[in-house]
Amino acid sequence: MAATQNDASVPTVQLLSPEGTLRSSAAADEFGPFLDRLGDDDYRRFYRDMAVVRRFDIEAANLQRQGQLALWVPSHGQEAAQVGSAHATRPQDHIFPSYREHVVGMIRGLDLVDVLRMLRGVTLGGWVPEEHGNFHLYTLVLASQTLHATGYAMGMQLDGTTATGNPDTDEAVIVYYGDGASSEGEANEALVYAASYQTPEVFFLQNNHWAISVPVTRQSRTPLYLRAAGFGITSTQIDGNDVLASYAVSAKSLDDARAGKGPAFIEALTYRVGAHTTADDPTKYRTDDELASWVARDPIVRFRRYLEGLGASQQFFDEVDAEAADFAADARRRILVSESPDTDVIFEHVYAEPHPRIEEQKAWLERYEASFEGGNA
Amino acid sequence: MNDQATASARLPLTKALNAGLRQAMLDDPKVLLMGEDIGPLGGVFRVTEGLHAEFGDKRVFDTPLAEAGIVGTAIGLALRGYRPVCEIQFDGFVFPAFNQITTQLARQRTRHEGGVTMPVVIRIPYGGHIGSIEHHQESPETYFAHTPGLRVVSPSNPHDAYWMLQEAIASDDPVIFLEPKSRYWPKGDVDFEAAGAPLHASRVVRTGTDVTVVGHGAMVSVLLQAAEIAAGEGISIEVVDLRSLSPIDYDPILRSLSKTGRLVVAQEASGFVSLGSEIAATVTERAFYSLEAPVLRVSGFDTPFPPAAVETHFLPSPDRVLEAVDRALEY
Repeated sequence: MAATQNDASVPTVQLLSPEGTLRSSAAADEFGPFLDRLGDDDYRRFYRDMAVVRRFDIEAANLQRQGQLALWVPSHGQEAAQVGSAHATRPQDHIFPSYREHVVGMIRGLDLVDVLRMLRGVTLGGWVPEEHGNFHLYTLVLASQTLHATGYAMGMQLDGTTATGNPDTDEAVIVYYGDGASSEGEANEALVYAASYQTPEVFFLQNNHWAISVPVTRQSRTPLYLRAAGFGITSTQIDGNDVLASYAVSAKSLDDARAGKGPAFIEALTYRVGAHTTADDPTKYRTDDELASWVARDPIVRFRRYLEGLGASQQFFDEVDAEAADFAADARRRILVSESPDTDVIFEHVYAEPHPRIEEQKAWLERYEASFEGGNA
Repeated sequence: MNDQATASARLPLTKALNAGLRQAMLDDPKVLLMGEDIGPLGGVFRVTEGLHAEFGDKRVFDTPLAEAGIVGTAIGLALRGYRPVCEIQFDGFVFPAFNQITTQLARQRTRHEGGVTMPVVIRIPYGGHIGSIEHHQESPETYFAHTPGLRVVSPSNPHDAYWMLQEAIASDDPVIFLEPKSRYWPKGDVDFEAAGAPLHASRVVRTGTDVTVVGHGAMVSVLLQAAEIAAGEGISIEVVDLRSLSPIDYDPILRSLSKTGRLVVAQEASGFVSLGSEIAATVTERAFYSLEAPVLRVSGFDTPFPPAAVETHFLPSPDRVLEAVDRALEY
């Protein structure tokens, strides 16, 4: 059962054991049937998405080390939480990411080179959400997007495009944030608004245990999923390294949201195996033993064991590895030739309507740069 | 199109705003009103009175008591195609929403490379002269005028309030709409058929030849009183109502200055790094040879807004404006 009360005895939902075998438990039973929606192709897709983004992540970190990106934000270790929940969305849903949900964007149709462009410093955004599976822009001020997501979900209600009873068209929002951002006032205001207006919305909190160097114990003395219950929001804690649990619990929560049953909250227990960003040094604040214990619970290894148990061939895994390598190489090739924007980008989109100060400054910069004969304009 | 039964009326500023909101809602079904106590109560200043009853819960709704939530959800609603008009209850209560306004609302269009519009209006009753407690008398305009991506306006009279609010709602950019609450109750003529000036135009509201004085919001009536007193002393003051605080329409100011050669800028806000500072600097850059005297500022002091018992000593009065006018004339 999902927790609707402060019941510390409710265990974490896990459908796939670390050894890669399906398991049943009281906590997981209501979610298990959602796996019936999945076929062999879906399972292969889940594995492929996790493996591809893992390889891409390594490539992006390398690019940063080589001076090609200003920063990189690794998702290593969090692939199952992200892949499972992303596959539970429907085309009409809207996704409000934080800034580490690269594979969610990929699953929604985003070209991950667009993420690299933002981190290379050639754009502040990078893509048009409506043209990329309604995957909204990354938001770097932590938790700010939780309110945008809630407002967007309120708009769905006003439009009457949710809770009509038609699962093929009813819409919902899923918003991603983390254990650090859960302390922000705005994340809590979003829960207040979502509960108050009963928005069609799923709050997907990846508890990766570290907010840069600060452990989750500094953010909360209570399991984070219990907080949502205090807002009157149905809440479930899942094993975030179990892609099937992430899929099933997200699918149920999103179904309920689309059906007008209000918001839901999912806390996915996972681990940021890599650094917070490439500017971070996790060896200064966490132990090798802790890292090793989570590496031993690697979500991709777990799912590979499961697929092997189902009879997946070595050839399949080799093909995925080759595809992942190609994907990463292609991203590297394309980001290295990405063009810097014209200086017009400084001014062009600040306002929708004419603005004299911006126009004067744009014209001035053009004149100034043109004044350097054979200059760098 | 205008839905008023009559071509003009004499209204207090609150009723003019109410009529402007109502007209905007009739004109565009995407216009929503949201904020604290704006529903059945009609807002603490009754600006939204009757609108909940007329338009219903879906278009006029009370929010939880959380200002970041008001603006943050308004951003989501705007991304969805709505035109939210947010009421912040008092000037000093806008700061919990400061992050959403400055890092999110103001930048969504830039971040999306023009792919979205952010037609959000944030109405803020502001300014002193009402004898109230802390956080209820402040003038926070500089914070917003300093923020790229926002537009900031402030009407000084009921006619402008009616029109400027509709123009702000029709704008595809976010607009901080500052309502001078000490001017909420005096009545003025509202012409429902002609706006008279665009949203971002400043305007000469009294002509004169000796000194130009510039202000916005409630300060305009102070400046007009000062001009009236000065006229009795043989000094001719030209008064410019700024109306728009970002962008600033300098043409009427510079035209006036070419005639008077002297400029005094008055504001309730603290003077340090203020709109008055900005206007003084810009006028000096653009009209140095027109100036017969330094541009002078009359401002609130660089202190927190004081207890109401001494607010008249903090706020620029007609006499303090005239003290600066006299100084300008000494050059």
